[in-house]
Amino acid sequence: MDPIQSLIKELAVKHGRRRESLLPVLQGVVEQERYLSEHSMIEIARELDLPAAEVYGTATFYSFLEHRKMGRFVIRICKTISCSMKGKNQVLLAIQDMLKISTGETTPDGRFSLVETNCLGLCHKAPAMLINEEVYTELTPEKVREILSEYMLK
Amino acid sequence: MAESYHLLKRADFIFRNENDWEDILTKTIKRTPQDIINELISSELKGRGGAGFPTGLKWKITAEAKSAEKYVICNADEGEPGTFKDREILSRVPYKVLTAMAVCANIIGSKKGIIYLRGEYHSLKEALEKTISEFEYYCKKIKLDFTVEVFMGSGAYICGEETALFESLEGHRGEPRNKPPYPTIKGYMDKPTVINNVETLAHTFTIFKYGAKKFYDLGVQFSRGTKLFSVSGDTPKPGIYELELGMSLQDFVNEFGDGDTKAVQVGGASGFLVPRKKFQETAIGYQGKLTGISLPTGGSMMIYNSSRSMFNVLDNYLEFFREESCGQCTPCRVGCQQLLIGIKAVKRGERPAQYLDKLLKLSETMQITAKCGLGQSVANSFASIVENFREEMIY
Amino acid sequence: MTQKIQLNINGFPVDVKPGTTILEAASKVNVTIPTLCYHKDLCVAGNCRVCVVEVAGQKRLSAACATPCEDGMDILTNSLKVRNSRKHIIELLLSEHNADCTKCYKNGKCELQLLASEYKIMTQDFIELLPWKDYTIDMISPSIIKDDSKCIRCQRCVRTCAELQGVNALTVAYKGDKMKISTFFEKPMNDVVCTNCGQCVNRCPTGALVEKNYVEEVWDAISDPGKHVVVQTAPAVRVGLGEDLGFDPGTRVTGKMVAALKRLGFDSVMDTDFSADLTIMEEGTELLTRLKKALKDKDPDVKLPMATSCSPGWIKYIEHMYPEYLGNLSTCKSPQQMFGALVKTYYAKARNLDPSKIVSVSIMPCTAKKFEAARSEMHDSGYRDVDYVLTTRELSIMIKQAGIDFMSLPDMEFDRLMGESTGAAVIFGVTGGVMEAALRTAYELVTGRPVPFENLNITAVRGMTGVKEASIKIENPLKEWKFLDGVELRCAIAHGLINAKTVMDAVKAGKANFHFLEVMACPGGCLGGGGQPIPTNAEIRDKRAKAIYEEDAWKPIRKSHENPEVQKIYKDFLGEPLSEVSHHLLHTKYTSRQRF
Ligand SMILES: Cc1cc2nc3c(=O)[nH]c(=O)nc-3n(C[C@H](O)[C@H](O)[C@H](O)COP(=O)(O)O)c2cc1C
Ligand code: SF4
Ligand code: FES
Repeated sequence: MDPIQSLIKELAVKHGRRRESLLPVLQGVVEQERYLSEHSMIEIARELDLPAAEVYGTATFYSFLEHRKMGRFVIRICKTISCSMKGKNQVLLAIQDMLKISTGETTPDGRFSLVETNCLGLCHKAPAMLINEEVYTELTPEKVREILSEYMLK
Repeated sequence: MAESYHLLKRADFIFRNENDWEDILTKTIKRTPQDIINELISSELKGRGGAGFPTGLKWKITAEAKSAEKYVICNADEGEPGTFKDREILSRVPYKVLTAMAVCANIIGSKKGIIYLRGEYHSLKEALEKTISEFEYYCKKIKLDFTVEVFMGSGAYICGEETALFESLEGHRGEPRNKPPYPTIKGYMDKPTVINNVETLAHTFTIFKYGAKKFYDLGVQFSRGTKLFSVSGDTPKPGIYELELGMSLQDFVNEFGDGDTKAVQVGGASGFLVPRKKFQETAIGYQGKLTGISLPTGGSMMIYNSSRSMFNVLDNYLEFFREESCGQCTPCRVGCQQLLIGIKAVKRGERPAQYLDKLLKLSETMQITAKCGLGQSVANSFASIVENFREEMIY
Repeated sequence: MTQKIQLNINGFPVDVKPGTTILEAASKVNVTIPTLCYHKDLCVAGNCRVCVVEVAGQKRLSAACATPCEDGMDILTNSLKVRNSRKHIIELLLSEHNADCTKCYKNGKCELQLLASEYKIMTQDFIELLPWKDYTIDMISPSIIKDDSKCIRCQRCVRTCAELQGVNALTVAYKGDKMKISTFFEKPMNDVVCTNCGQCVNRCPTGALVEKNYVEEVWDAISDPGKHVVVQTAPAVRVGLGEDLGFDPGTRVTGKMVAALKRLGFDSVMDTDFSADLTIMEEGTELLTRLKKALKDKDPDVKLPMATSCSPGWIKYIEHMYPEYLGNLSTCKSPQQMFGALVKTYYAKARNLDPSKIVSVSIMPCTAKKFEAARSEMHDSGYRDVDYVLTTRELSIMIKQAGIDFMSLPDMEFDRLMGESTGAAVIFGVTGGVMEAALRTAYELVTGRPVPFENLNITAVRGMTGVKEASIKIENPLKEWKFLDGVELRCAIAHGLINAKTVMDAVKAGKANFHFLEVMACPGGCLGGGGQPIPTNAEIRDKRAKAIYEEDAWKPIRKSHENPEVQKIYKDFLGEPLSEVSHHLLHTKYTSRQRF
């Protein structure tokens, strides 16, 4: 068994093998791997006895269940109106500049991916972003540079 | 202006930190279901998730449905742009929500509650689950057979729509179902289900504790009680405020605006944009016969000052809808795309200004033909922005 | 409960049972409501919204297909509001659709085009969306073309693939403007679990899913003087073809079809029914051999139940989903492929033709047959056994192109050598037919007497129930078959792959103890095949089935072993069933494939 297979087995033991278990299992893999590879989806389909296409169709519905290769740290910056009014673009530029990638890309070393996302529910502390599950608010270009510098050391 | 408007009045029920939930739970489940349902009905509490369905009635119908299995679901998908109140409730007073769920379960004959928490709020999960295990421990102690599970969303606004939420819980794509049947008869796993917004549940706690009258005496006719407002945008004091329903928008702007407020988006991207000239005549509450323009809302209040381009605002909303539509039904999937590229084409001069009228008609069609509330409500912001700020759309 | 619901539709009162939808109620008062995502064979989706109607007192319109009637409803199906909305919706669909109708294979047969024409959508005010989208046209499969630019996202195909077939090769992927119909990781249809059954093609309202057509290739062959073009026609074609050429469903057009094929210029028009009879000989003998091994020799390795192998959709399905049961499949090729292998050997020899100059064409009710003919195993004649497979629909296209007035054609007879057939072969086209044909022959072979049913009609295996079970007791067999005395031969029949799944899961769970299993991939059997005229629904399939049984009843010979041309081929060429020559030409092997 490869590590993905054992991870999926583990998740299936924890969440069950019913259709209702699909999302938690997908989320579990994304939490570990940051994205769902073809291999992961096939193994999930096998483990839960679901058609592979169903797994794919379900996963692609949800923005957080990425199926393109993602970096270790996924930066999701909110692009909805309140954040966009409060300087999201400058923050985004600062990130792009620092990581040398544009939105939708992953750094060549596989550490960071940058995506835009819809309202994070942090409008009163705009602009906001998530790095994996961690929340960062009231961002400024300076602040985001500081945050990223710390991640670069991780 | 209708006489039932009143001045902005702050309140403090939801976040008042009370350490007596165990008492309230024990006391309330001893009452007869009929008694509690009557109390809820007489409080005139309406759903705080957007649609405004009377909560007491919802519980009543589900209680009367015949089924060995039923569910209580707390809708914590909070995806409407500009709302962030439910997260605060779940992080500051989660036991109120849990108590309400347990009472509801006890009334309708359910043993299982689920909190559908949006993926963006993953950071709440651990603490919430800890509270749940304490809560379940207490339930066991008082011999109440009830457990609660947290189910995480994964980044899909439409999963806040109740039937899409069930689909998601069942492991499917979050595509809304045909209604009827309604959740009260056929909900999660096709079983009768009460689904309520986080805040709605928190209000029921207030009602259990203080009685229906206390709640009913707040607010105005058709819009009783208080409501949490998520205030953002061009305001010196963004944040969450509990206010009595029925205030005029003018009062709201006086309190929260930055002195240069041009318009307020009431109810998030799926709500309405109210321009300055209509602040006076607009009240915040559910629609009723007495009031003039009265705007229901999940509580999102986004304030725009005169530096903001309403074209950009609309463009941003439409992009949101285009991406977050589940995509199954024609009017919403294609309509959102057409509205978005349509306003851009007008702005760039590729289409004449009259094309906006065609788009307005299209938005009306979306409103009356879309399968669910998402597609149906795109017209709210579209029409209110295009009609009130037509010049900004063109030049 | 006999409770009635009363409502008005366009002012006409109507009574319906609870649970009736507005759409169903409307049809009772002669009101048609346009639909797109709705299909009688499938669950209700309610997503296209063209069926919206106005319910008095409600601001919003309701989808007629998905809304149950309520007492006292006042419904308008053609109010101004309804018409304007519907027009908008059709315009929206067109704006997202590659509406290059004159260049579309489905031109004239497209439900969206028809609606656009009905509502006289003469201008396109909305902005064309296709330039903003990346879409693919998948032409890799030998059977099916999937063109996303023509897809209207009604999800009929996805529901078909899941509900009727249990294959789930297709799924809905992504959301919002990116939502599309996709396979696993958007791989070509040919690289996933698709069985090529074409049921999705039968139900796609537009040109997004169509058969890969070989009409031009066949015309080229016919026009090539150096080529001898032979055609065979499957049993179900003769009860479907008429629908595309002006006849009502259920009309038998065998003689006209033969006449048309001759006029098209085929050098020889023969019948797949001939090889269906041959299949019975081979498969019947194979079954009896397996039974002998199991019951008499007590061979523990013999695989029962033996499953039929005529349906290439079923073959691909079992190869993907139950590869551990490939040994249970009869090794017999399908009638199409038996025919193909014989055309370039037996027929070529008898007619003194160079097999390399023969082009072998088959007319099939089926899209999976295109894939089957392209399988690498199917070259036992030394050449590709069947060069081109055309569906019933493609044949009707050729007939129209040739300017043949089909309705008034005089009947003609198949050419000889491989053109004679029996009633047993004809019923291959309907679910239960192979079983019935096999029993007619096997029973007689074993007992020396015809099957003990009135007029040879084994009604227990007939009908449209998804899974049918039947048994026949063997009494007083001939000496050679004494070990079968008193044995109850148990059979099961499934059509539609979702029903095949039910049976196979029972087999897998050890809960099924039958000897013989017939599976047809398509609902109703081949008559409901993915290459048959569109539309399809239960009513149409019933009519085609009725026609097939008529054809059987009308045939002078109704048992495969009595087919004189079959007797002749054994005498002159094959020797006996399961002979070495048969093994070489008429039998095949299967390939285990990935389930995921
Ligand atoms: C597109 C859409 C999104 C929705 N999102 C939410 C949500 O995030 N939270 C919520 O409580 N209700 C949401 N709703 C409303 C729910 O469908 C449902 O009406 C509500 O959960 C019922 O609870 P209530 O009666 O307590 O308001 C949404 C509705 C639609 C149409
Ligand atoms: S209105 Fe939009 S979100 Fe709702 S069902 Fe239709 S496509 Fe999906
Ligand atoms: S036919 Fe009713 S919504 Fe498509």
